[in-house]
Amino acid sequence: MKFGIVRFPGSCDDVDALLAAQRVGEAVMLWHADSDLQGVDAVIVPGGFSYGDYLRAGAIARFAPMMEEVAEFARDGGLVLGICNGFQVLCEAGLLPGALLPNISLRFVCRQVRLDVMSEYSPFTRACPLGEPLSIPVKHTTGRYYAPEHGLADTQVLLRYAPGENPNGSDRDIAGVCNESGNVFGLMPHPEHAVDPLTGSSDGLAIFESIRAHVADRVVA
Amino acid sequence: MPTASLPSNHSHRSRHRDLGLTDVEYELILAVLGRHPNDLELAMFSLMWSEHCSYKHSKRLLRRLPTEGPHVLLGPGENAGAVDVGDGLAVAFKVESHNHPSAVEPFQGAATGVGGILRDVFAVGARPIAILDSLRFGEPAASERSRYLLERAVAGIGHYGNSIGVATVGGEIYFDQAYEQNCLINAMCLGLAPHGRLIRSAAVGPGNVLVLLGALTGRDGIGGASVLASAEFGEGDADKRPSVQIGDPFTEKKLLECCLELLEDDLLVSLQDLGAAGLTSASAEMASKGGLGLDLDVGRVPLREPGMEPFEVMVSESQERMLCVVTPDLVPDVIAVCDRWEVLCTEIGAVTDNGRLRVLDGAEVVGDLPVAALVDECPMYNLEPEAPIVSLYPSPAPVLGGGETPAEVLLALLGSPNLASRRPVFEQYDCIVGSRTVRRPDAADAAVLELPGGAALAISIDGNGRRVACDPRAGAAEAVYECSANLACVGAEPLGLTNCLNFGNPEKPHVAWQLVEAVEGLARACEALGVPVVGGNVSLYNEAPTGPILPTPVVGMVGRLPDASRAGQIGFTNDGDAIALVGPFAPSLTGSELAKLRGAAPAGDLPVMEPGAVREAHATVRDAVCAGALSSAHDIAEGGLAVALAECCVAGGIGARLKVRIDDWVRELFGEAPGCAFVVSGAEEVLGPLGRVIGRVGGDTLVIPGALEVAVSELRAVRDNGLLQYASSAVWSE
Repeated sequence: MKFGIVRFPGSCDDVDALLAAQRVGEAVMLWHADSDLQGVDAVIVPGGFSYGDYLRAGAIARFAPMMEEVAEFARDGGLVLGICNGFQVLCEAGLLPGALLPNISLRFVCRQVRLDVMSEYSPFTRACPLGEPLSIPVKHTTGRYYAPEHGLADTQVLLRYAPGENPNGSDRDIAGVCNESGNVFGLMPHPEHAVDPLTGSSDGLAIFESIRAHVADRVVA
Repeated sequence: MPTASLPSNHSHRSRHRDLGLTDVEYELILAVLGRHPNDLELAMFSLMWSEHCSYKHSKRLLRRLPTEGPHVLLGPGENAGAVDVGDGLAVAFKVESHNHPSAVEPFQGAATGVGGILRDVFAVGARPIAILDSLRFGEPAASERSRYLLERAVAGIGHYGNSIGVATVGGEIYFDQAYEQNCLINAMCLGLAPHGRLIRSAAVGPGNVLVLLGALTGRDGIGGASVLASAEFGEGDADKRPSVQIGDPFTEKKLLECCLELLEDDLLVSLQDLGAAGLTSASAEMASKGGLGLDLDVGRVPLREPGMEPFEVMVSESQERMLCVVTPDLVPDVIAVCDRWEVLCTEIGAVTDNGRLRVLDGAEVVGDLPVAALVDECPMYNLEPEAPIVSLYPSPAPVLGGGETPAEVLLALLGSPNLASRRPVFEQYDCIVGSRTVRRPDAADAAVLELPGGAALAISIDGNGRRVACDPRAGAAEAVYECSANLACVGAEPLGLTNCLNFGNPEKPHVAWQLVEAVEGLARACEALGVPVVGGNVSLYNEAPTGPILPTPVVGMVGRLPDASRAGQIGFTNDGDAIALVGPFAPSLTGSELAKLRGAAPAGDLPVMEPGAVREAHATVRDAVCAGALSSAHDIAEGGLAVALAECCVAGGIGARLKVRIDDWVRELFGEAPGCAFVVSGAEEVLGPLGRVIGRVGGDTLVIPGALEVAVSELRAVRDNGLLQYASSAVWSE
């Protein structure tokens, strides 16, 4: 299977995402100004500060030529994972519900947090061990998730901060949500920074494993 | 064009003083040029002959520092030093101050300090992978200004480092009233490069093209080097705000990726960052190092605002700019890479063989100076050191009266701003981007970053102005020992160091004495440990009307450990492990945190360490950590043995019980002798040969029989709140 990582000017965790994805499959960089998805099976919109996050986090990146391809890929059922800034971009692009607001502390926060997995069936969490919280770091200034009560079904919430772990004041402790069809997923924590016990944790690998397993099943089907 | 026809202004008699040049220096300029300089030329001289650019009070002294070693690839003089770390890889690093701008505008001052040191590192072709910071402020309990400076400087560092995607992995913060008016913001950056990508700044090849990369040039930071960095603080500093630059990490991120791609494609002959004194310094340095000349057309420099004078273009300190030399045939390729990264790229001049820096505005020559006059002819000053008879620094207000129990003293120390948990600060920094961080802040005495191939780098930054104030020679040596001890605790062998010498006005004999003694101490410690100095920075004139800052040499040391998976860590881990004291331990209260809390001025002799014994202790701990023989390792520093033990307990979430007799608890538990002794834990049979077994890990309290018994949860709570109470007291909107 082949991952594609969208690289914007100002992306910071693009190489990290590439290295993490390469632990479970092939991975290539997709340049923001290009329009060729290179036949990837899943797209990752990585963390960082695309276009400096000027105007509003993620607000400019959604207009990149590559993002038009990603939107079409998503409409066709392709798997799209947005991490941190990528989550912000996907919300700005209308591919995910809700918005990310400044942290309640108004400060950047970098911290290892525990996450409860809310679904064992999603293409993004199916490989996560049942009932065990994931230890994954967050690092952001604009990560307080908000969605109107009726704009988001409970089934769309795939990850919540474990009790007492909410680092940013997110609504209902929401850490990650998917779209209604379940093929686009955004989260503030960084699974690509939790793929090796040497650098803190390997719990994030389950997210990449889930994507790989889902794509493999689809190919077989 | 003959120089006689240059526009000249003969009323310089007063103007050169406004620009920070002395009458004698001006006479020298006249002698060198054989004529009066025009306004542009005078501005260029004032910058290049400023303390900040010329090191005129410190250059002779710095020759004392050892700079050679088996691993050194780039030494002092380049944008950053570099050492070999094996497998064809080099690590480039440097620490630099941004003190004065930060005291005027802490957010932008600190942010551009980070931006500047990042450019120094990628200017030699290395990809920045880590940032560390050394910060000093006034007392947070007493000073709202210090709380404000702390809050905004930390936010500025985070803003730049986080946004550009370089991990901030460590640092240190101390508070003392001597920094009340003049805070210190030192930033260190570390970058990684294959040997072949390292590049120098010397201009090469007459006829080659001079290309300016990056941001537009504006009026920001005009005269920063001479106005802010080379004079004392006084009244009316708010007026200096326009001299502080504004940072844009997004522009620098693109510039960084663009420069590395240009180097990867072998398109550049030389590369230099634009820092203090902007184009003037960058072009003069490149020409000087190459022994060549440069023609530079200010009319071609892309400007942020119209109507800028040639001198403004030449002295602007606008951020996020680099200057490079390109062979004419490769210019189109350079432009193509820059276009892809949306980085502005402009041919602004050419390399010449006449040894002159000529500034043109279109066809008109507006300045024409011998490069040697700008760079080499600046007068060097001898210091006139004189030891003070009494301490230059007043006694701090006492926090402890002297009647406290050992437990009360321990809690007071753990909760003091200088020793308390740095979590409220380091949580504002991304410490993991890059996927290399094996030891995050608080997890070990040094940051550890994995290298390709399984080895790792270790980095530590340290300096204790209070101890240097007591005894500049011994105190400065301790900073070197302390860094090396920190590296030993993670299992790393030192490869090289960088330093930033933060001192007051060197024209004053007592400050000169501090500087001379401190450099001697640094030099001797470096020689004793065999660690070369590969670069650094000097920041003088850190004074307010109330007096000089504490003399603060900051040392940043880089080492290597062979196996990242065996990197040491600080916390006690195994119930039943033995605890041992390793290394020469001769604690004293002089210059200690306890002495400060008790209201003692920083004065008195520090214990003198035998360098051979220090070196041996470091090797003992390092080898044991590398062998995987220890559960934890931590050096005994500020707060002494009791604080070191408490820190191991808190980090590991487990208690400890000492089994040795304490006779003189004040000195033995809280006396300090940094950089020499260690607290390690592990199996008793392993520890026995390394040092003296003093206790055992276990339980949920720290017990020192006859002295104290405190729950680990209480130690943690007090330590967690010590800085948090000040760091979260105010939110300042940008």
